Formats: sequence, structure tokens, C-alpha cells
Amino acid sequence: MKNPIRLGLLCLGLLCSMPSLWAADIPVKDGESIQDAVNKASPGDVVLIYPGTYKESVYIDKDNITLRGVVEEGKWPVLEGEGKRNDAILYSGNDFTVEWLTITHYKGNAIMGQSGNNFTIRYNKVIDTGVYGIFPQFGKNGLIEYNVLSGIEDAAIYVGMCDNVDVRHNEVFDNVAGIEIENTRHALVENNYAHDNTAGLLVFITPGLPIKTTFDVILRNNFVVNNNTPNFGAPGSIVSKVPQGIGIVVMAADDVIVEGNIVSGNKTAGIVITDLAFITDISSDPESEPNPDRLVFLDNLMFDNGADPVAEVKALMLTQFSRTGPDILATPGSAQEQDNCIINRERYTSFGVKKWSECERKSTADVLSYRIPGGAPSEPVTATNRTKLLYQGICAGCHAYNMRMIGPPTLAVQALYRNDAQGIADYIGEPHKVRPDYPAMPSQGHLSPELRKEVAEYMLKVTK
Amino acid sequence: MRGLLSILLLLPVLAHAEAPWRLSEVCPAGFRPEQGRCYLQSLYGEYASLQDSGVGGLKTGLPPLREGFTPQQIDLGRLMFFDPLLSGDGTLACSSCHQPSKGFADGRGLSIGINGQLAHRSAPSLWNVGFLKRLFWDARASSLEEQMEGPLYSPIEMGNSPEQLLKSLNESAAYPPLFKQAFGDSAISLDRIYTAITAFESSLVSLNSRYDLYANGVHEVLSKDEIEGMNVFRSFVARCAECHTPPAFTNQQIAILGTPEPDGHAFDSGVQAVTGDASQRGGFKVPTLRNIEFSAPYMHSGRFETLREAVAFYTGGRGHAVPEGEKLNLHWHIWEPNLTDREVDVLVAFLKTLSDESFMPPLPSAVPSGLRPVIDGKSN
Ligand code: HEC
Ligand code: HEC
Ligand code: HEC
Repeated sequence: MKNPIRLGLLCLGLLCSMPSLWAADIPVKDGESIQDAVNKASPGDVVLIYPGTYKESVYIDKDNITLRGVVEEGKWPVLEGEGKRNDAILYSGNDFTVEWLTITHYKGNAIMGQSGNNFTIRYNKVIDTGVYGIFPQFGKNGLIEYNVLSGIEDAAIYVGMCDNVDVRHNEVFDNVAGIEIENTRHALVENNYAHDNTAGLLVFITPGLPIKTTFDVILRNNFVVNNNTPNFGAPGSIVSKVPQGIGIVVMAADDVIVEGNIVSGNKTAGIVITDLAFITDISSDPESEPNPDRLVFLDNLMFDNGADPVAEVKALMLTQFSRTGPDILATPGSAQEQDNCIINRERYTSFGVKKWSECERKSTADVLSYRIPGGAPSEPVTATNRTKLLYQGICAGCHAYNMRMIGPPTLAVQALYRNDAQGIADYIGEPHKVRPDYPAMPSQGHLSPELRKEVAEYMLKVTK
Repeated sequence: MRGLLSILLLLPVLAHAEAPWRLSEVCPAGFRPEQGRCYLQSLYGEYASLQDSGVGGLKTGLPPLREGFTPQQIDLGRLMFFDPLLSGDGTLACSSCHQPSKGFADGRGLSIGINGQLAHRSAPSLWNVGFLKRLFWDARASSLEEQMEGPLYSPIEMGNSPEQLLKSLNESAAYPPLFKQAFGDSAISLDRIYTAITAFESSLVSLNSRYDLYANGVHEVLSKDEIEGMNVFRSFVARCAECHTPPAFTNQQIAILGTPEPDGHAFDSGVQAVTGDASQRGGFKVPTLRNIEFSAPYMHSGRFETLREAVAFYTGGRGHAVPEGEKLNLHWHIWEPNLTDREVDVLVAFLKTLSDESFMPPLPSAVPSGLRPVIDGKSN
């Protein structure tokens, strides 16, 4: 029994994975507050949001909650930021689902996760929110599908510092960046339609972030078309430095496979493979490996790219006596090395791929999903197990069962108080000095009287 | 001079000779023993973090802590931390500039070292310093052991030398037996000194704030305003959590903000002076914000007197305090969030929920040298 908490959580996790036992639907109607419903919700519950306009920011710091819009005869529930609210939806809980919402006019992001494993974000319409549309961060195992996003001044879908994410069947247009996979591993970007952005699909390492790598990313069967919108990114932002007219950018990321995409009408280039020198004016980070390694370029349909390239690309192409941009552009440096590979290279106009080798891998059909079968571990905190968590996390740092630590042994406390949980609850709210040979115990007065009582009862029952 | 000093130092030591010092045999608050060594027991112990990075959201595992020291080593480090014998002239201890009552900082814009000399920067808090992989504002040290050679031997901080440090500890009556308790024999080496002080610093853990209760499911401990502040903090408008990322409230990266120097002070080139890389000019390590309410004034320069001023810096406009003629690669999250006054207020309210000093170590009433321990900047 090294990890009593984990065991306890596991059992509860099992219960929680049987939602029928527990789940309740909590309806929210126009004029009511989604946050109030979330505050009432317990793990497993579904908040049903009926058509109407909801002017609020909603945060979800609980596990296993679903926010589900109810669409009736074409009428959607709308989260309206009026240009003054920060983010529409902020979640940190595990096993979170958000679906069937229209989100518009927020200053920050439409849907933002900070940690939170096993997330599902689907069937949402996001229009003109400030910075990002959908932005899970620090999450493991997630699905982003059937969302439509437009008018976003950074990335419409931005998977940042995550692992094991599928992004599929989304439409992104009129944004600066369509779909961006950044400092993330094991991502499948499939069957999306990215058009009329400044750049369509981006797979990046951004330096200066605490998680340093991007690798094992598949871009497959996407339409990446006419991404020629002038860059309207905020001054200083990373995407504001991306030249317009690029279908796909792979910057510094490793083991990226590009297969089966239709890439056309992008005026600078179909795909650009580059090292970190692509982004200027940012502080260097010696821990970020700058080179794109082992790119695999399989069959893709590319045409009509490079009609009117930006000046830098034009200058490069002139060295090849061409005035138009290429389907494939590997910028000078490591992007041109032979660890990258391609098949049927003669079909494309290209720059810098001469040294690329022939790919051994011919298809990614073996990869259906990069999500984790059975999900990532998630440890829901519930009303029942949080007492144990508090005892183990706080009290057990000073009280061991039958040994002196900073505080007296639990056994001694049990002998002293016997069944008097209330006595313990009172003492820890306002501890006074009892034993001359022990330091004072710090007050736990920030715990509510009920919680102190629960912890006290727990302490009296501890057996090891 | 040196001779006189040792005589002066010796006198009070003799007075103590009768009551031999005993180092603590139990681990400090929050640490449980395992085979004689101390390991952290915290609310976060059971959580993972993506790529073991120690950054994430509410329920995220911590960055690795320097732990596994013995109770005796930690306790010896505690005594040395407060002992002015460690400075060149017996006037300063670590605790002169890292004062327990001021969040282990010193309440000053620029710290004052030996002979009243001004240090170049503001003393940072030492709470949770054992989680940091790089130290100093400009990240120039990569371990606590390496870090402390800075203040110990800097002619403007503690003004000591390795030779004199070893000599004075060896000549004191009380220290050699204490090193024996902590390390098995009474040999005093620089490595042992550094290990013990590192052990003590790593025990300064603060993870039981009201925020931590919230993060672990006890939502009722935060007020409505504080929750509003938390949501501004992690919003993508203020973006504080992008750099001051939970659970340590730092992502341990370098960022260029362009914070102002005190009037009349030259621009501090930060990380550039260490690496020589011009793109890092004005870069500083992202500091933790835990126990931030106690360690005013703020920033590397101590330029901001109050927490509110420090927070309001972020809504002053991208680059508003960058001196004319300086070209800095300001971080992309430094932008124009246009926070309202109310948002700044609730941010400050939220930052105060990060306060927790329940593992404050016992402050010594005497130290082994017999000199007066330095508590709260004064020799008591
Ligand atoms: C920072 C260390 C620390 C933490 C954390 C801590 N305690 Fe204590 N506790 C002590 C010390 C030290 C004493 C002995 C105080 C004394 O005798 O004056 C003590 C004493 C007690 C006593 C005995 C009071 C008596 O009448 O003799 C109880 C009961 C107790 N603690 C319960 C708890 C509970 C429950 C928690 C968790 C919510 C907790 N403690 C957390 C250090 C701690
Ligand atoms: C004269 C005042 C002074 C004294 C004495 C002093 N420090 Fe400091 N300390 C500072 C200042 C100022 C800084 C920041 C310097 C910088 O970043 O350039 C600092 C930084 C630190 C840091 C880095 C913290 C971080 O977050 O990066 C640690 C750790 C530290 N000191 C420990 C100690 C120890 C241990 C001692 C005693 C051996 C000590 N200090 C003595 C003023 C002092
Ligand atoms: C781009 C990364 C970044 C962002 C975003 C950021 N900070 Fe900071 N923060 C830093 C750095 C780096 C420092 C140290 C700067 C210096 O000393 O010049 C700092 C310093 C501070 C300090 C002073 C700490 C001390 O010990 O003196 C406070 C308070 C603070 N930040 C609060 C905030 C708040 C509130 C926000 C959101 C409004 C925020 N920060 C956003 C990187 C960031």
C-alpha cells in the first residue's frame, strides 16, 4: 500500500466511468447562468444549454463535466463576449466535453484548457474571438472535431504543449493561422478544411516554452487551399511573423508526415519546411532544438501554389531562375538535409529538396488515431475522497501513524481524543501549544468547520 | 585584524561549550522520513504532469524537488543560514537579506551587503527555491550549491573567502561535532557546507495556501473576487499563467519584459550579460509568485513598491518602460491586455491566496558560533 490515495482514486474513477449511475442533466435556459449550473454539477453531469445568449465566462475546475448546447431548429446557444469578456470557456478538469455552442466576440480565447486530460471539443462554431479559438494546453489525450472557426487573429485551433491529440473534420478560415500544433507530440491532423487563412496548417516548435519538443505529427487528407489572407496578427505575436500565402509550415518539428493533402492556391508556397531562423526578433532558447528532422513527404495533390510569393521567397526562387513560389520549399539549412524524405518528387515544383532521400514508409494507413486507448489516467477529486487527499496532503506531512515527526504520532492523538472528532476540529482551527518538546502546530483555520470535522474524523480512523 | 576577529568569535563560543548542540532527528514540517532521509509529502504528490515538466493547471505534479537530505543536514543548514560567522567580518548571514518575516527576501529594492555596500539587484524570496533548476534573476547558477558561492564570496555581499570560511568553522568549538552528526565525521569541507545549506533551503516549502485547497477540490475557500482574479490570471488576456504557471507559479523560463530600473540606474542587461547572446538582452528568469505578498518590493530591480504596481506594469502597454534606444525582443505574451482597474484589483486579491507560511522553520535563538543569530535582518 505505497499509494493509498491513488488506490482510492482508482476505485472512484471506476465508479465515475459509469456515468449512468451518477449523471444528471442540468438544464440552463436563456437568461440563466451556465456558471451557476457548473457550480452545481458533480462529476458525470451534463449541463444542457438551451438556445439563447449567454454573456459570461465559464470556468470548469471539476472532473468529468459536459457542456452540451441544445440546438433547436437551427437556433443555437450563443456565448457572447461583447468584446469585453476574457475567455468564453476555461477548463482544468479531466474528462471535459464541450459541444454544440456558438462562441463569439471574446477578448481572449473561445475554449481554453489548462491541463485537463481526455478532453473532447466538437461541434462548436467560433467566430471572431480574440486570440485563439480552441486552445488546449498541457492536456493529454484529446479530440477536436467538427468545429468551424473564423476571424481569429492568431491560431483558430491551437494545440499547445499537449500529447496524443486528434484534430479532424474541422473547418478553419479567415484566421491568421488555421491549425497550429506546437510543442506537442503524437498529433493526427486529418480531414480538415483550412482555407483563406494567412497560413493553413502549422507544426511548430516555439522556443522559450517549458515543454520543448514537437514530434510524431501526421498531416493527412486535409484541404489546404487559398491561404492568402494578409497577416492581421497582434504586433509581437509569433504568428504575426508568418508570411502570407503558405499552405503548410513545418518549423523545427521532428518526424512530421505529410500525406494525402490537397494543397492549392497558396500564393507563396504549398509547404515550407524550415528551422527556427524563420522566426526573427525572439530571444533564443538553447534548450529548443532548432532543426526540422526526418520529415516524411508522401503523396499529396499540389497545384497552383506560389503564384505571387512574398519577397524573401521570390529572392530565393530567383536563384533558380523562377519568379513564382514552389509547391515545396525547404529553406536553406537543415531542412534541406537527407534525413528528410519524399516520394514522387518529380510531380512538384520545389526548392531545396535535392538532397532529400526516398521514403521507406509509403503510407500512414496503420495509424487510425493518436489518442490513448482507454484514456489517460485521470484522478477525479470528489466530495468523498477529498478528505483523504487533504489528510494525506497536509496532515500527514507532520503526523505519521506511530512515529514522531514534527507533530506527535497519530496514534497518540487518537488515544487522546478517542471519539471526539469535534475536539480535533476545534483544536486545528486554532491550535495552542500543548507539548513543550514540540513546535506549535500551524492553524488550519482556512478549512471550513465542516471540512475540519471531516478531516478530524478521518484522522481518528487512520490505521497505519 | 583576522586574529582579533577569531578571538572575538571564540569568546561567546566558550560560553556555549557546556551545552552541546543536538541537531534535529526529525524531518521538517511537510517531510516524511524514509530510511533516514526526508521526502516531501504534499497535496500534489499523486498528480502527474505532461512530460514530467512540472507545469500545467490546478491538479498537476510539481517540478522535481531537491530532497532526500537527512534531518541533521537540514538542521545544520538552518543554523548556518542564520549564523553571521559565514560572512567575512561576522556581520552578515544569509538571513540578513533573506529574512523569514519578509518572505525570505529583505524588503529592500537593492540588498545591502558587507560594509553597507549596495547589491546590484533585489533579493528574491527563497520559498520553494528547491524546485528551481536555475537560480538568480539572470539564471546564471544551475544548483543551489553553485548559487551560494555567489553571496558567500562576493566582496559586496558576505565578503568571505573559501579559506576563511573553512577556517572559522573549523576553529569554532561547536561546528565540527555538528558536522559529525550531519555527515558521520567531523571533517568540514566546502561541499558539506553547501550540502547542508542546500538541504535547509529545499525545506522551505509553501504548498498549503488557500489556492492549493481550491486546486485540490475545496472550492469554497476562495471568495468570489479571488476566483475572479484567478480567472483573470489564467485568462488569455492577462496571460499571467502562461509564464507564472502552476503549481510552482513559474515555468522556469527566461522572458524579456522590459521592466523599468529605479530612477538613475543603468539598464540591466540580464541574461545577455551571462550568455553574451544579444537576443536575450533584458531577459530574466520568471520568478515564482508563491508568498509574493510578503516579498515587496518587486522585480529584479525592486522598482515596484507594491503588488498592485507590479501587476499594473503588465497593462501599461508593450514596451512602455523600455528606455529609448534599447531594442529588446520583448516576449510575445507581453502585449496590450487593457486590464480594467477592477481586474488589477482582483488579480492582487488572487495573488494573496498564494500565501502560506505554515512550514516556517524554527528561528534559532542561538547559533553554533555563539555570535548573535541574524533574525529579520538584525542581530538578536
Ligand atoms: C506543520 C506541521 C503540522 C501540520 C501540517 C499538522 N499538524 Fe497537527 N500538530 C503539529 C504539531 C507540531 C503538534 C503538537 C503541538 C503541541 O503539542 O503544541 C500537532 C498536534 C496536533 C493534534 C494534537 C492536539 C492536542 O490536543 O494535543 C491534533 C489533533 C492535530 N495536530 C491534528 C492535525 C490535523 C487534523 C492536521 C491536518 C489538517 C494537522 N494536525 C496538520 C504539527 C502539524
Ligand atoms: C547581501 C544580501 C544577500 C546575502 C547576505 C545573501 N543573499 Fe541570496 N540573494 C541576494 C540577492 C540580491 C539575490 C539576487 C541576485 C541576482 O539574481 O543577481 C540573491 C539570490 C539568492 C538565491 C537565488 C534565488 C532565485 O530564485 O534564483 C538564493 C538561492 C540565495 N540568494 C540564497 C542565499 C544563501 C544561501 C545565502 C547565504 C549563504 C545568501 N543568499 C546570502 C542577496 C543576498
Ligand atoms: C512573458 C512571461 C510573463 C508573463 C506573461 C507575466 N509575467 Fe510576471 N514576471 C515575469 C518575469 C520574467 C518577471 C521578472 C521580471 C523582472 O524582474 O524584470 C516577472 C515578475 C513578476 C512579479 C514580481 C515578482 C517578484 O518576486 O518580484 C509579479 C508580481 C508578477 N510578475 C506578476 C504577474 C502577473 C500578475 C501577470 C499577469 C498580468 C504576469 N506576471 C505575467 C514573466 C511574466
